Parts: sequence; C-alpha cells; structure tokens
Amino acid sequence: MRILVCISNVPDTTSKITFTNDNTVFNTNGVQYIINPYDEIALSKAVELAEGGKGTVTVINVGDASTEPTIRKALAIGADDAVRINAQPRDAWFVANQIAKYAKEQGFDLILTGRESIDFNGAQVAALLGELLNLPSVSIAKKLDIQGTEATIDREIEGGKEVLTVSLPVVVGTAEGVAEPKIPNMRGIMGARSKPLQVVEPIEVAELSSISKFESPAPRGAVKLVDEVDQLVQLLHNEAKVI
Amino acid sequence: MAILVYIENTDGTLKKSAFEAASYAKAIADQLGDSVTALSIGNVDAAELEKLGKYGVSKVLNANQENLKNFVNKAYASIIASAAQQESSKVVVLSNSFSGKGLAPRVAAKLDAGLADGAINLPSFQGDSMEIKKTAFSNKAFATEVIKSAVKVIAVNPNAFEVKEVGGSAEIVDFTPNIEATDFNVLVKDIVRATDKVTLPEAEIVVSAGRGMKGPENWGMIEELADVLGAATACSKPVSDAGWRPHSEHVGQTGIVVSPNLYIAIGISGAIQHLAGVSSSKTIVVINKDPEAPFFKVADYGIVGDAFEIVPKLTQAIKNLKNN
Repeated sequence: MRILVCISNVPDTTSKITFTNDNTVFNTNGVQYIINPYDEIALSKAVELAEGGKGTVTVINVGDASTEPTIRKALAIGADDAVRINAQPRDAWFVANQIAKYAKEQGFDLILTGRESIDFNGAQVAALLGELLNLPSVSIAKKLDIQGTEATIDREIEGGKEVLTVSLPVVVGTAEGVAEPKIPNMRGIMGARSKPLQVVEPIEVAELSSISKFESPAPRGAVKLVDEVDQLVQLLHNEAKVI
Repeated sequence: MAILVYIENTDGTLKKSAFEAASYAKAIADQLGDSVTALSIGNVDAAELEKLGKYGVSKVLNANQENLKNFVNKAYASIIASAAQQESSKVVVLSNSFSGKGLAPRVAAKLDAGLADGAINLPSFQGDSMEIKKTAFSNKAFATEVIKSAVKVIAVNPNAFEVKEVGGSAEIVDFTPNIEATDFNVLVKDIVRATDKVTLPEAEIVVSAGRGMKGPENWGMIEELADVLGAATACSKPVSDAGWRPHSEHVGQTGIVVSPNLYIAIGISGAIQHLAGVSSSKTIVVINKDPEAPFFKVADYGIVGDAFEIVPKLTQAIKNLKNN
C-alpha cells in the first residue's frame, strides 16, 4: 500500500498570534514551527499501517525551504521519503492543486491529511483533493481501519458518528482518535537525515481567494469575581442575560 | 438570480444551524437585491421545509430521491452545484458543520468558486469582489478574506449569525438532478447519534470541565448542571487524552471551537490552546480553586473555590431560578 501524507508547517500551539505591516502579515518573530497536530495524527496512522513492510509512506508539504526541519521531523517519525513543493502555500485551492498533480503522477492507495490546519483552519484540502483526483473523501475521520482494499471510517457528525465503508483509493482527513501521535526515537532522528527529500517546482494555479488583513480579538473587560453562587446566577440572569 | 442556501437536516428535522444559514442567505440577498432559494437533500417533510419561508426563503428545491437519504459528499456536492447553476446563483451558502466541511470545498471546486470557510459575519460586495471575515489561527485571530471569482461559496460558522424571522412563505419544488452512479462513492453503514443531547458546536450554553474534577467518576455533577441549563458538556484536552471523556467533547485549538452565549469552565486552568477554542464565547464563567488560574484573565465572571462544593450549589440555584 502506498500512502501519501500531506503535512502543513504551522506555528506551535502555544504561539501568541500577532501581525505586522499594518496587520497584513503574520509576525513569525519568535514563533516555533511544528507539524500541524492533526497532520501528525495522519502521519502516525500512516506509519502504523505501513509497519512490517505492509506499505510505504511519502510525506508532501507545500512550502519554501524553511519548512524542511518540519519535513525532517516527519521522516524521523517514520515516513520513508518526502516531497516539498517549492512555493508559499497561498490558499487551500493552491495547495490542493499542487498535491493533486503529484498524487496523480504517482498513484497512491491512501491519501491522508489532518482534518484542518491550525493556522487557517480551512479543512478544505481533503475534500478538494477528492474533487481534483475524482476520489472519495472523508473530511473528519475519528477512526480509520483498512482491510485489504476497503477502508472503514468513523466520520464525525454533530452528536455522534457515521460509520462508512469505502474502496481504496480514498482521501481521509484525520482527527483525534485515529492514532496516537508517534514520538520519533533516536534511530528515527538519525535515519531521517539520509532519507530522500525531493524538491519539486510548483504549477500555476488561478488565485481564488486572498487575505487582505488580520485582526486580533478584542480584549475582554476585567473579570467580576463573586463569592456566592446566588450572586453569579443573578448576574448571569440580569446582567449578561444568558440564562 | 438567487442566493442558494443548502439546508442540512438531521433525521428529517431542520435544526437551528439550518435557520441560521437561511437567515444569513436572506441578509446577503437583501444587500444584493436577490431572492433566496434553499436546497434540501434527503427525506424532509414539506411541512418542515415550509418553515424556511419565515426566514426569507422564497423557494425550496427539494431533492428527496431514495438514494439521497444518506450523506455522500460527492453526490451532494453535484446536486448543490447543479442547483446553483439552475438558479444562476452568484453566492452559495452552507453551514460550516462537520458535513459542511466535507462538502463546501467540493461545491466550490465544481463551480470554480473561491470558498470562504468559517465565516463569522456578513460579506460586503464591491463589484465582483467580496470581502468577508473569518476565524484564523484557531480563533486566536480573525482574517478578512477577499474572493474575486464569479461565484462565491460561503460556509458560515454555527452560532455566528442570529436566526431572524422576517415572515413570508416558501414554495416547495421537487428537484431531480442528474447524478452519476459513481458519485455515490462512499457507503454509509450506520449512524450513531445521541438524540437526547445538545450537540457541542451548536450549543448556546456549554458546561466544560478539566483535570480539577480529579476523575471521570466525578462528571455526574457536571452533567446535572448541563441538564438544568439545557447545555452541552465539554472538556479540556488533558481530560480527553486521559480517556475520562470522549475526544468529541474536547474543546480547544486542536479540538472543537465553540462560540456559545455562555461557557462555564470548571476546574480548567486555561492553557492558551484551550482559550483559543472558547474565546468567541459571548460570556465566560470560570470556577477554579486557584485564583492565579490564567482562565480568570479572559473570564467575565468567576468564583474562586472548590468545584465540588460550588457546582452542586450552582445547579440548585439555577433550578430555583427556573422554578420562579
């Protein structure tokens, strides 16, 4: 089984998010970058599925050279090889088209993405890949099992789950529950340095959306501390009017 | 020309998010001088669909063929795209629900449209260009997105736009699009849904608890408080990681992002990743025994004290309020 895992390079979850150039550019100063946590789940699942010679795992990232430490981390976790499409990831449509082109040429049995990236939260790439590659896609999977050429997937729905079966190849966006994130061991880290990382130039894609500015949430007023629950209930009822 | 809004149903019933999407579409239609056409897919009674009239929908396309009973994103996306073409819609609105996230990108791709996902307010239009505000960085910021494609697709966040009754009635029209058999590329085997519970993304009140509860056996009081408030229950990441509660209850940057009217955080210290997931709540209440807990800095109201004493008292006080 050939598995492709799409990874995104995102600010660490503890990052403070600020902007520069009149709120038009994300301030990367002092920001640590990581593999998008949902993509790490996808990668861990892929490595699990490929274990024991049952398959190979390729990771793909759309980004400039600065994303290579994140790609090496993915190789340390257990991917066999990596591809970097040498371009700034403009929007989901751009990213999905780059990945689709590579995936079409190579042919994969399973394409995994995280359910969404924690920077732009589009949750678009899995479904766009499904559309561009004419494959089934499941955007928010909380469980994934593969038996032969059939995948059984628990898809998240409001208040529960839907159990689906689908024939490979399929694109799946993974959420918590699909796999425990794997921590790279020393052997993995050493081995990652010599695993192949191919750099591919991007294709032209029409720009469908762009971001003109950012803003930070308005700060809240000071907290009102109360001693008694009755006071709290009165405030929620009469002042905040939420109960 | 009409604004097209895709209306999701849950076992044949339209929920609040469906009316939110309809109201949202109506507000856009008013800006552009258009009407609103809704599209329903699956088995929904005419009486249920007629309710959409109250929210400004003038026509409902009803695609209720037997093979459309279950959600298959490729097939549903084909239907939405053909409805958008039939209605010459320049704007297509969907809910940014779990299903919506798997659907909207496919619809956008079929229509060569830009997709604004996670929209939190109404767009503004200037010529062919549309500007819209969405959440970014998992709710730690907002981004203004510009879409210039001829057709625009918007996935609007639950609880972001208020349901607004404007009166009126909707004409229900059968809609039988051509769907390829190959569009049904996923087989739904089973649907497991707790129907007696308020679902987390849509909940107006959320009662959430963290490690301060000490163990899963102590969640009874959290559920009781949620019950009297008609709230959904939620938890912090350490709690779901420890298996005390299911992942589907995990609120935060790598879990569910919520924006209820009232978020009550019990025994949660308030790590930055958790705060990201709740920061757009209208009112935040924090109950924590540690007065230095970072959560108090973003709370509107707080009680410093032991959750095990406060929560049962709070449940009783709310019962008293509701009985008066």
